Amino acid sequence: MALTLSRRATLLGLGTAAIAGRTRLALAAAPTDRRFIVILLRGALDGLNAVIPYGDPDLARLRAPLIPSHDKMLDLGGFFALHPALKNLHSLYQSGEALPVHAIAGPYRTRSHFEAQDLLQTGVAETSINSGWLNRLIVELHAQNNAINPASTGLAVGMGMPLLLRGPARIGSYAPIGFAKPSPDLYHRIAALNAADPVFGPAIRTGLQTAAFDQATLDQAAPNPHTKTYGFDGLAQAAGTLLAAANGPRICAFQLEGWDTHVNQINLLTPPLAGLDSGIATLKSALGPAWRQTTILIVTEFGRTARINGTHGTDHGTATIALLLGGAVAGGKVRTTWPGLKNHQLFQNRDLAPTTDIRSLAKGAILAQFPLPPSALARIFPSSTDAAPMTNLLRT
Amino acid sequence: MSIAPLQALNRFGLGARPGETPPANPHAWLAAQLDGPDPGLASPAFATLPTAADGLIARRADFAARRKILASGLPLKGNFKPQTLAILRNDAKAQIDFALTTDAPFRERLVWFWANHFTVSTRQGGIQPLVGPYLREAIRPHVTGKFTDMVLAVERHPAMLLYLGNAFSTGPNSRVGQRTHRGLNENLGRECMELHTVSLRAGYHQADVTNMAKLLTGWSINPQNQPTGFMFRPFLHEPGPQTLMGRTFPAGEQGGIEALRFLSTYPTTWVALATKLVRHFVADQPPQPAINHIASVLADTGGDLRAASLALIDLPDAETPLTKIKTPFEYLISSLRAAGLSGLPVEMYLGTLNRLGQPLWHAPLPNGWSDLGADWSGSDAVLGRIDFGYTLAARIHEKNPLDLAHSALGPLLRPATIQAIRHAGSKREALSLLFAAPEFQRR
Repeated sequence: MALTLSRRATLLGLGTAAIAGRTRLALAAAPTDRRFIVILLRGALDGLNAVIPYGDPDLARLRAPLIPSHDKMLDLGGFFALHPALKNLHSLYQSGEALPVHAIAGPYRTRSHFEAQDLLQTGVAETSINSGWLNRLIVELHAQNNAINPASTGLAVGMGMPLLLRGPARIGSYAPIGFAKPSPDLYHRIAALNAADPVFGPAIRTGLQTAAFDQATLDQAAPNPHTKTYGFDGLAQAAGTLLAAANGPRICAFQLEGWDTHVNQINLLTPPLAGLDSGIATLKSALGPAWRQTTILIVTEFGRTARINGTHGTDHGTATIALLLGGAVAGGKVRTTWPGLKNHQLFQNRDLAPTTDIRSLAKGAILAQFPLPPSALARIFPSSTDAAPMTNLLRT
Repeated sequence: MSIAPLQALNRFGLGARPGETPPANPHAWLAAQLDGPDPGLASPAFATLPTAADGLIARRADFAARRKILASGLPLKGNFKPQTLAILRNDAKAQIDFALTTDAPFRERLVWFWANHFTVSTRQGGIQPLVGPYLREAIRPHVTGKFTDMVLAVERHPAMLLYLGNAFSTGPNSRVGQRTHRGLNENLGRECMELHTVSLRAGYHQADVTNMAKLLTGWSINPQNQPTGFMFRPFLHEPGPQTLMGRTFPAGEQGGIEALRFLSTYPTTWVALATKLVRHFVADQPPQPAINHIASVLADTGGDLRAASLALIDLPDAETPLTKIKTPFEYLISSLRAAGLSGLPVEMYLGTLNRLGQPLWHAPLPNGWSDLGADWSGSDAVLGRIDFGYTLAARIHEKNPLDLAHSALGPLLRPATIQAIRHAGSKREALSLLFAAPEFQRR
């Protein structure tokens, strides 16, 4: 097996920036032609600043400094508008391929980042289980196709394995980095030395397999000169290329950080929003025709306070937004049961009140994308009968 | 009680160095490291490094220099040489070199454990010149002292006050709050309860978090206040007493101190700390009896960290086989110690930690770096370690790789690894195999 990883490192630009930066990516194979991408915004995105309910008369009372001027906001039909940094998302909305869902929250009411991020990824309300719902989706997809050994199809690229993808289905991950590379022969001796080790044995085997596939696929792809090679943009280009390949992975998870805006939110929220927006455009272009079979779900652990805090930021809150994007998404509108922003309408007179359960959106998106029986969905999201799947999420 | 010498060097230490005689009495060797002041602070190693107040002054100077260059129309690149970055690199080099050479590696492990428990990160707050001073001023002096004293030092340190945005958090009814209608930033209030002390186990409510944030208003910074740059600013402070988890604390700086004393000696704090300590030193799934024991030692001694550390080495679990997977930091330090290397360019240290996914003092979130093997053993991370080991092996001039392997791992070395090293085609390959062996990945 010839591994010329340095070439791939150059191609992807996955140097220290991608690893030390605020984006992480993992991909996994599944027996399907449809692509499903989850983007976790870790740190709690302020939904009221991303999809701004400027038509609500109470918004300015709560947070006037955080409302962009009317000529900068990207209107979504008379009540909501996107943050000015979300230009590509606005284009997707206009072409009916972006569906914002507002006043959404997980089934938990904790304001702890760490607890909420875990629950968002395990997909349960309280009890801690140690597998992620996206991993359980892969298990069910294999079961539907009578695939015996999920381990053999694991494929991943990038640094870090989110809890979302941990569990029974084995998933590898790989990020080339700037060290000298042993010869293939030495890699094999190192693999043999670790063969019996329960942790390092499988990790090295998967790593060497996926490195070869990724290398070949990315070598064939024409580099996009307009794409930055680092951060979310760089990883989006790589992920899109791999997901588009005939035998490529089908499931993908990104983790983006930088949303915990306790201080100076006006300035500090724009760069991560612009990065998210640009990466989504890159992802769409790298997916090419596969965009039509792709659904992207963007979620965050909770929202932020409706009122501005003492340091021009916002503190941990409750409801926020989620986004569904993709070639077949029934977008071009904002789905919400709007709770209002009067003091008594706020959750604990503090946060945007939740009216939709994130699991309803995730379950609806999974059902629309994959023909799974209700029993499978119940295994992916246990104890979630009170969160009925949302319907009409994709155009038929 | 009999921890094997190589167990002591790896489970509780930072890995053996070539020619190091394994301690004849590992238990006594570990216990002795808990006596006296921090060996780094007592040595000349950190003597010339700046204080946090110096760091705040440099931070201010950098802001001014940056503004001046931008105003003049020149590009920052090539013209802006931040002092703060130089401070960060000097401090990183000094503290990593100390970890590479210290004869008290258990004591040093505890320093980095507590620094991660009380994470500050250069990802926010502009604290590049403050993290090194933070370790030296707020962590190192208290590693074998009272937990409460460490909490008080940490929550008053400018690194923490800026990282978690408390420095300008404003009581809504304070003088400044009344005039400007500014309010709280509850970030430090929340994380000092959830992450630093009582944890979510305590079952507190949003009102407790808000009141803790009110008690901490006015805890701010001033570069003129040597050495740590802390300043209590009464005009930012929320007047009136506050109720926190059923107790009432007075307004003023003393109210915050009393609240932190209360939180840092609360029963769930002992359980939270014991769980983290046992997870760090024993196993990813910490055995409940061990947690109970360490928690009871903390409770009985009112949070004496020396007593808790002694109790860790007395645990029966301390003798179990090594299952913990080294973090990238531990992997870097132990492989350089195994190679007998130190005093390398700081770029090597920082670059390696970046590439292995644990950039120094740059944790993503306030809960710090994970202490679970699953987070460090993805195939990307494992291949990265292999490549690092191969890169490092080229720099090592040890005559006999097998000698080096024996001094690093002694009886922990598996026959298969010895075989592989014997059959390697070159010294570099032999050492690459050592650094990639499963027994070298654990501690």
